[in-house]
Amino acid sequence: MDLAFTEEEKAFRAEARAWLTAHVPGSPLPSLETAEGFAAHRTWEAELAAERWSVVNWPARYGGRETGLIGWLAFEEEYWAAGAPGRVGQNGISLLAPTLFDHGTEEQRARVLPPMATGEVVWAQAWSEPEAGSDLASLRSRAVRTDGGWRVSGQKTWSSRAAFADRAFGLFRSDPEASKPHQGLTYLMFDLRAPGVTVRPIGRLDGKPAFAELFLDEVFVPDRDVIGEPGEGWRIAMSAAGNERGLMLRSPGRFLAAADRLRGLWRQQGSPPSAHDRVADAVIGARAYQLFTYAAASRFLEGASLGPESSLNKVFWSEYDIALHETALDLLGDEGESADSDWAEGYVFSLAGPIYAGTNEIQRDIVAERLLGLPKGRR
Amino acid sequence: MRFVLDAGQRAFADSLDAMLTAAGTPSVVRDWSRGEHASGRTLWSRIADAGVFALTVPEEYGGLGAGPVELVVAFVELGRHAVPGPLVETVAAAALLTGLDDPGPAKRLLPVLASGASTATLAPGPYALDADMADVRLTTPPGTNDLYLAPPAGAAEVRRSLDPARRLFPLPPGGELLASGPQVAVAAGHALARGRLATAAQALGVGLALLDRTVRYVGQRSQFGVPVGSFQAVKHRLADAKIALEFARAVLFGAALTTTAADVAAAKVTACEAAYTTARAALQLHGAIGYTAEYDLSLWLTKARALRTAWGGPRECRALVLSGRDRRW
Ligand SMILES: Cc1cc2nc3c(=O)[nH]c(=O)nc-3n(C[C@H](O)[C@H](O)[C@H](O)COP(=O)(O)OP(=O)(O)OC[C@H]3O[C@@H](n4cnc5c(N)ncnc54)[C@H](O)[C@@H]3O)c2cc1C
Repeated sequence: MDLAFTEEEKAFRAEARAWLTAHVPGSPLPSLETAEGFAAHRTWEAELAAERWSVVNWPARYGGRETGLIGWLAFEEEYWAAGAPGRVGQNGISLLAPTLFDHGTEEQRARVLPPMATGEVVWAQAWSEPEAGSDLASLRSRAVRTDGGWRVSGQKTWSSRAAFADRAFGLFRSDPEASKPHQGLTYLMFDLRAPGVTVRPIGRLDGKPAFAELFLDEVFVPDRDVIGEPGEGWRIAMSAAGNERGLMLRSPGRFLAAADRLRGLWRQQGSPPSAHDRVADAVIGARAYQLFTYAAASRFLEGASLGPESSLNKVFWSEYDIALHETALDLLGDEGESADSDWAEGYVFSLAGPIYAGTNEIQRDIVAERLLGLPKGRR
Repeated sequence: MRFVLDAGQRAFADSLDAMLTAAGTPSVVRDWSRGEHASGRTLWSRIADAGVFALTVPEEYGGLGAGPVELVVAFVELGRHAVPGPLVETVAAAALLTGLDDPGPAKRLLPVLASGASTATLAPGPYALDADMADVRLTTPPGTNDLYLAPPAGAAEVRRSLDPARRLFPLPPGGELLASGPQVAVAAGHALARGRLATAAQALGVGLALLDRTVRYVGQRSQFGVPVGSFQAVKHRLADAKIALEFARAVLFGAALTTTAADVAAAKVTACEAAYTTARAALQLHGAIGYTAEYDLSLWLTKARALRTAWGGPRECRALVLSGRDRRW
């Protein structure tokens, strides 16, 4: 057991730090939940990609540096410590890309991954539907066979960043006769500007159009945009999500940087004893999340599958994120009401953590049943 | 970077677990709580034979010269089996003796501590655990740089702990002067960190045992015609305990590797809070049976509370975390 980085990893970290110091925008970009901010973030992602910093763990042929998971973790620590902007390509990079690595064709990877790495094509996840949230397998949007592809119809919702994104990936019912809800689903990619697609932005709590509803009316999807075998959609969507999402959806680097900023804020305010314990817990929590992730990455690299374990992660970071931001707003006193600070933006974002990516209730069920072996109960 | 236990470390944990399971620790704990130490002494020598007290003692004093990771592995198991006695205190005393300038006291006392022939105690706060039975009782009177071998405490002076198996004593003043000078303070600091780390490990073990027992119980106990473990309110409480314990495990082993004061303090807070959260869940989910002294669960429940305070409570440890230097992780 050790926490030591190799010389190669250290050199990589130093190179990343130097590059970030020279390139991270001096003043924060506008919120990526606005049209203006989205455009600014795309420009930043392109700059990152130009020197292969946008997807460091990917193979070189798709724009990566083949650093492996540990290298990725180190890069993320440097990235957030440098105060770099949130990633607009996140959904594609953490959800679609791992799926394509495991289940896509070489043609799909070569076509989809490079423009994803540069931010030229930003992806939205179209899983949820008005009637299918936690019970995702009950989804009803359908895909019907046609010449050379599929005709897709139905309604998707809560699709993050779809208001400004380019393409989407989602699950569709291709065999309405299948005996179980998880069967007969097909996983496919489609263009958000294709004929038959209507995107209606939805304002989140603060009104910013952070997600959108998608109305799909006989949208044509060519065969080459089906991921894996038709009818196998559920298994494909879940496999990559379980393993890598747990590790890569939220990197520890982000919380380490936020906890450092919180400690700085606390000191700036004269180290008020009333917040002492909460600030300490934020510092400890970031360290805990970092170390837990290192342990998970180590097991993953030894060949373990991290399926249900990623649920431990999800509950931890989402609750941690809220506690950290609440502490910051409390420390800010009267200014804590202001919606204009980075802390406020982070706070609003954090509030959704226990809801998306599978609600924390669902994650706790997974922990209890699959990690502790408790009996299944009525849902 | 390989932040997982290796096969040897896992095998060490498994062998300790098997030995302690076979030893039937609950009856030892009950004897110990009554001040009857014979069964505990027997168990002590088995734990010593497994190498636990020799682990971090340097080889020239009869130790194994292993690192804090092995120590943490061992103390998680000791906590899981609720083993009573001045376990943490003995390894902390050994750390103190190792850190002195003058090798005299180490030469004299470390071999018997490492072999398990002697037990030791010392007082990180006002009380020393098991000072009536410990053979070596170390004191550093406040405001001095002196280290004494204190006389034994009288059994009559015992202070009751919330954990009946933790028998606390104020250490009598005086005794034999073992060492003097600024290095005593340095060595005492080292002992504090070692004791705190071992306590955190013990607490994690206590939490893991509580979770295990509770998962088993709610899978068997039926109400309304189904196991109570199938109720979501029950499941979610145990899921939260599992989450807290697994993150505490990461912080604990991280602290064993870096041994910085801030990391060790973080491990103490995280492990003790996780164990205590689990204890509250365990008590609740056992219903009334959990609230009885005769049911074995109580042996872990009471320890979870007591360990929170031992070797530096949450406030003190959190302050250390915040006073730690800012770092680029
Ligand atoms: C900011 C944000 C971004 C999102 N981005 C995306 C995206 O990009 N793509 C996408 O597809 N979706 C996205 N979602 C949707 C998200 O995945 C769903 O909101 C989530 O799965 C929950 O579904 P629901 O909202 O329909 O809630 P419901 O499923 O209706 O749940 C309502 C409440 O009931 C609880 N509940 C439901 N079932 C159970 C059960 N069995 N046991 C206990 N409690 C239960 C839930 O935990 C929740 O508290 C996003 C959501 C948010 C808030």
